[in-house]
Parts: sequence; C-alpha cells; structure tokens
Amino acid sequence: MTAETQKSSSYELLRFTTAGSVDDGKSTLIGRLLVDSQGIYEDQLDAARKVQANRGGEGLDLASITDGLHAEQEQGITIDVAYRYFSTPRRKFIIADTPGHEQYTRNMVTGASTADATIILIDARIGIRPQSRRHAYLAHLLGIKHLIVAVNKMDLMGYDENVFNVIREEFGGFCRDLGIKDLCFIPVSALQGDMIAKRGDKLNWYDGQTLLTTLETLEVYKRSQDLMLRFPVQLVNRPRQPEYHDFRGYMGRIESGEVSVGDEVIVLPGCRKTKVKEIVSFDGSMQSARAKQSVTIVLEDEIDISRGDMIVGTTYQPRIEKEIDAYLCWMSEKPLQAGSKYLIKHAARTVKGVVKQLLHSVDVNTLEQNEAVESLGLNGIGRVKIRMQHPIVVDDYDSVRETGGFIVIDIDTNNTVAAGMILQ
Amino acid sequence: MRVEIDSQAATSGNSAGQIYLAHLAQLESEAIHIMREVVAEFRNPVLLYSVGKDSSVLLRLAQKAFYPGKLPFPLMHVDTGYKFPEMIQFRDQMAEAVGARLIVRRNEVAIESAMHPNVHGVARCCGALKTTALLEGLGEHGFDAAFGGARRDEEKSRAKERIFSFRDEFGQWDPKNQRPELWQLYNGRIHEGESVRVFPLSNWSELDIWQYIKQENIPIVPLYYAESRMMVERGKHLIPVDDNTMLQDDEVAKPIMSRFRTLGCSPCTGAIRSDATTLDDIIREMTVVTRSERETRLIDHGANSMEDKKKEGYF
Repeated sequence: MTAETQKSSSYELLRFTTAGSVDDGKSTLIGRLLVDSQGIYEDQLDAARKVQANRGGEGLDLASITDGLHAEQEQGITIDVAYRYFSTPRRKFIIADTPGHEQYTRNMVTGASTADATIILIDARIGIRPQSRRHAYLAHLLGIKHLIVAVNKMDLMGYDENVFNVIREEFGGFCRDLGIKDLCFIPVSALQGDMIAKRGDKLNWYDGQTLLTTLETLEVYKRSQDLMLRFPVQLVNRPRQPEYHDFRGYMGRIESGEVSVGDEVIVLPGCRKTKVKEIVSFDGSMQSARAKQSVTIVLEDEIDISRGDMIVGTTYQPRIEKEIDAYLCWMSEKPLQAGSKYLIKHAARTVKGVVKQLLHSVDVNTLEQNEAVESLGLNGIGRVKIRMQHPIVVDDYDSVRETGGFIVIDIDTNNTVAAGMILQ
Repeated sequence: MRVEIDSQAATSGNSAGQIYLAHLAQLESEAIHIMREVVAEFRNPVLLYSVGKDSSVLLRLAQKAFYPGKLPFPLMHVDTGYKFPEMIQFRDQMAEAVGARLIVRRNEVAIESAMHPNVHGVARCCGALKTTALLEGLGEHGFDAAFGGARRDEEKSRAKERIFSFRDEFGQWDPKNQRPELWQLYNGRIHEGESVRVFPLSNWSELDIWQYIKQENIPIVPLYYAESRMMVERGKHLIPVDDNTMLQDDEVAKPIMSRFRTLGCSPCTGAIRSDATTLDDIIREMTVVTRSERETRLIDHGANSMEDKKKEGYF
C-alpha cells in the first residue's frame, strides 16, 4: 500500500482471475504481484519465510503466501478459490485465485463468473498444455472480455524471445479461433519479478507493458450497457413505521443501464407500463442511478410487483421465456440426467425447471462436440434445453451477464450443481 | 497514470471517457445487494454485532439497505465478559440510535468459572466464551442466517470462504466442501437446522473500511483513536492494563501513546504504538503500516488456529 493510495480515496475496481496448471507458477505470480505492489504485510512475509525454512528451504517462497489451508500446505497445491486483494493508485484489484488441476474446473468457472479479465499462465519450458486451451475456452465461455497470457519462467529459458514468439503464435491462433478479441501476451518471470510490476533488464526485446500496467489500464466499463435498463426486484419495501404507511419501494440493484426520475419503464413479465416517481436512498433522493448501484425505486402507479419481477426500459427489451437454450458447466459428483428437475436461480427469481434435452457435450481439451451423450458428469460442459415452470425474463449471456447467467440447484440436497449461460 | 479524484464528490469518476462507479460505491452496493438477498430468502436472520469498526460499517450498510424502513433483523452481541467497557457503552448507544433490537449472549457458566486465556489457554477460552455462546444464541433464537463483518483479506482461511458460508446443523464449516458461488447468485437454500453465515464485507480491505468510515462519517469506538493508555509490553505485543490483566512478575505497566487496530477481548487484544488521533491520521497510518491487523490478536497465532476455530463454528 503506497503513499499515493491514500491521496485518491476513489478509484476503479477490477476483478480478475488466474488460471494455470499446478506447476506453471501461478501462486508465485500472485505472491509476486502482492509483494511488489505492497499488498502484503511483513508479518505475513515472515510467516511465509518460516514455512519455507520448515520445509528445509531458504528465503521466501512466494507461493506459500497464498496457501491457506492445512491440506494445501501438505500437498503443495491450491484446493479452492481464494480471493486476494491489492491496490495501486489507479485501481483496487480483486483476484480470484483458482486451481488448475482438472478436477477443479468448477473453481475456475466460479472465479471467472465475476471476473473482468483472466490471466492464463504458460510455462515457457513446456509451452501450451491441454489445460491452457481449456482455461482459454472456459474464460471465453464465461464471457471474460480480456485475456492476458503470461508466459512464465522466462528466466529458465534464458529470456529467449523465440520461445515466447512460438507460444504466442500458436496460442494466439487458438484464442482467435475461439473468438477472443482482446488478447495480449507478456513474457514474465514471476520468481525473479521481470515484467510483473517492474520491467527488469532481461526482457528488453519486449516492447509491451508490464503485467501490472496492463491490469491497471484495461478498459472495463462499456457504454453499450448503458442502453439497456435491467432492474430485478429483490424485495418490496413497505416499512412498518406509521409515517411510511403508504410507502412502497422496490429494492434491487441496477444490473445494467441507467434510470432517472420521470423515465418510462416496463415491469416484466406482466408488461405493465409506468413511470419512475422517485429513487430513494439513505443519503437522500436521487435524480438518476446506474449500473451496479443498489437503490430503491418508487413508481407512479400502483402495480402488483413482487420479488423476481424485472423493471426495464422501453427500448432493448429482454425476452420472456419459458424455455431456454443454454450452456451448463456441471459442478456436482451426481451427474446431470436429461429429464431431471432442478431449481433454477436467475436474477432475483428461483423457479423449477426440467432439463428437457441434452443437445451435446463439449470436450474442453479438443473442443469437439459430442451429440451422443446422455448425461454430464463433474466438470462436464454441455448445451441443454430447459423448460421452466414459470416464464423468466432473460438476456443472452453475451449481452448482459447478470440477466443471462443462472445457477442450477439440486432440489434434494440444495447444493449448487451447475452454472448456466443463456444462448440466443 | 496517477488518477486523483476529489473524495467529496467521489461516487463515480471518468476514466478514458468511460464512466465507472468508484470502488467504495461498488463495495457498498454489493454489500447492500447481499443483505437484501438474505432478507428475501431467509426466515429469521440476525446481524452479529461485535462493536468493532467492521461491525460499524455493517450496521450502516444495513440501515442503507432497508431505508426508509428499519432494520428487518435484530443485532446479537456475544459478550465474553472481557470486552472493554467503552465497547459495551458504545454498543448500547448504537443499538438505540439505530432503533434495533439488541440480543446479548454470555456464557455465564464459563464466565463464573473465571475462564481466562492465560490460565485455560486461548483455544479453550475462545471456544467457551465465544463459540459456545454464539452457537447457543443462534440455536435458541432459531436464526437461520447470521451476518458477520469478516473480510477475506484479514486472514488466510477467510480468503477461501464464500459470501454465503454454509453451516451444518452443528454450525460447522467444511472448507473442502463449499458450495460454488457464481456471479452474484447466492444459493440460500438450506434444510431445517442448517444455517448460513453471510459476509457482506468479504471484498473490503482494512483501508476500504477506514475510507468508508470517513466518507460516511460513521461513529466508531474511541479506542481506535490514539491516546496515552496504560500498557504492558509482552513480547511483541502491547497489552492494555485493566482489572483483567494478569501482570507477570517482571512486567511493569506504563502509559504509552497507543491505539487499537482491532477490538476483541481485553486480555487478547494488543494495541499498537500510534499518534493517530483523527480518521485522517488513521488512514495515513494505514498506507505506511507494515504489519497486518490480525497480528494484534493473540488468538490468531499458533498454526492455522483461525481455520480450526472456524471449523468448530467460530465466525
């Protein structure tokens, strides 16, 4: 935490995730980012040094900074998604640190679901692994716009430009075929610190930005979203105090777009038109509010609105669907069976749904589609048709993540068993 | 590269022509969204109010979430008998000011038996005075969701905890078997007897907390501000001297300009040397401090003790 942090008490928030195989040096990279941006305290560094000494090593093992649980330190691997935080004068960063081994694909999907960017690590000595392709595919499937490929352990390859270029050529082609547009490659040594927060003096042939500068300058906020108002109603606010006897406010978070007092809006799925009378907040009434703000909206007309309804603008309407076509990432040991019933939680509404059809599964290593498929197992990805008990108000996941994504809940165990992304 | 925005006008900014919501406004909105989801999906929530700075922020966020309504859940404080008198006084004032119902839980049997960390060990003392009192309180009132002010950046095992942290019927946490948490779609479904702990401040850092307290003018316990206090130096720690302090033979109490970075039980909460008497001072101190806040909590030391306590049902 630098002295400059304090001067600007307001800065942007960027969420990113990291993906790499067990030995690609992902924990070391995160440790390096935290240490070089002063996102870690000395007593925490001391603890990491002690761990290293106990293992018979010397100095600081950057990776052990991010090992949280007993089992991880025993096995030397990361078990679950861990969240890390650091700030620079420009941005606050939230890292979802997700494990790379195959059985934990669900954790990568979890981390990616809220991320603006993904860093994929590739070991310069080994080059592209099947997991690298899988990570790029999952990042793309989860709608992450920015992909950063960090070619790590350049120190062990003599900082050779050719090694980097070969990987960039091959993996770049693969990513572009997937449809990933915003893609950048950075040669790094997480262990030595080259091209992470500082450029170092070994990679002078590389003329791009350091990893940290790249993270600080990615453009995250899109204008196009401003056009489509999406306000799922979480709760109806009817205070019990006598002075608010006639008050009826709709509480929720604006997931996309913006809204102002006087705007004409439509309440879905009932399709009732009305106007915004007031936007109420603890800090006083507001003239307008926009994406990501949690507010309470009061409408002109008395309409029967309850949790799960959605207030939208008069242009760019979402779809009201009883049947959806979607990709699922299956996250449970108990496989998906076509014909089974589940609970679907989408925006602020939970409804029953039956998986009518499993159209195909996707092999995440080859990206081949398999149509002769009857069930999806843990970490399986497939395209399905789901019929809902009641219609839901949806967008394509690609246009609005918040109203295009859903989770699948097992009716019996209550576990979250899948992540879903709605298609056109 | 260096962006500076006036903190007074800072709910939003403009960067490279793109409009964004500033980080504190985003964190605030996320927390409000979480609290509303809990109230929508649970029968009987409660806010675990521990009187510290994070609890102060949590309480303000709860007020904001349900405005103009009052808090739709009570506050519960687990009083170990070792809380600083300033904390108890502050707690009662805040509950009244906010108009919330306050439930105070104490493990009277353990308190009467003079349970003390220096005598019985930290693990046993915490287990009896905190975890047992908490689990009994939750059970007796039938609370199915409990808000806590824990942040993921505080401690290693917390970094892996979900925002909705599922607990079995014994109130226990299984770190290897957590529900995946996707987007901001929280799964609040539980069976009878099970519960969730909910952490709306998961993504906040200590600095975020202080910046928000300043921005929102949130009242905090005066112990956070530096003044000359009677302290004893014990190893690396500065321990406040009061009736509960067991002074060892060679220890001498002396006045030291100091403040508390976190507030817990007086025998186990260390102070730091500090001259920070205002919020601005504290924020400035935050930006140059080199040690983590949990270092002042004697309960966290020993290998992975937070992980173990959490598995038992501790927050």
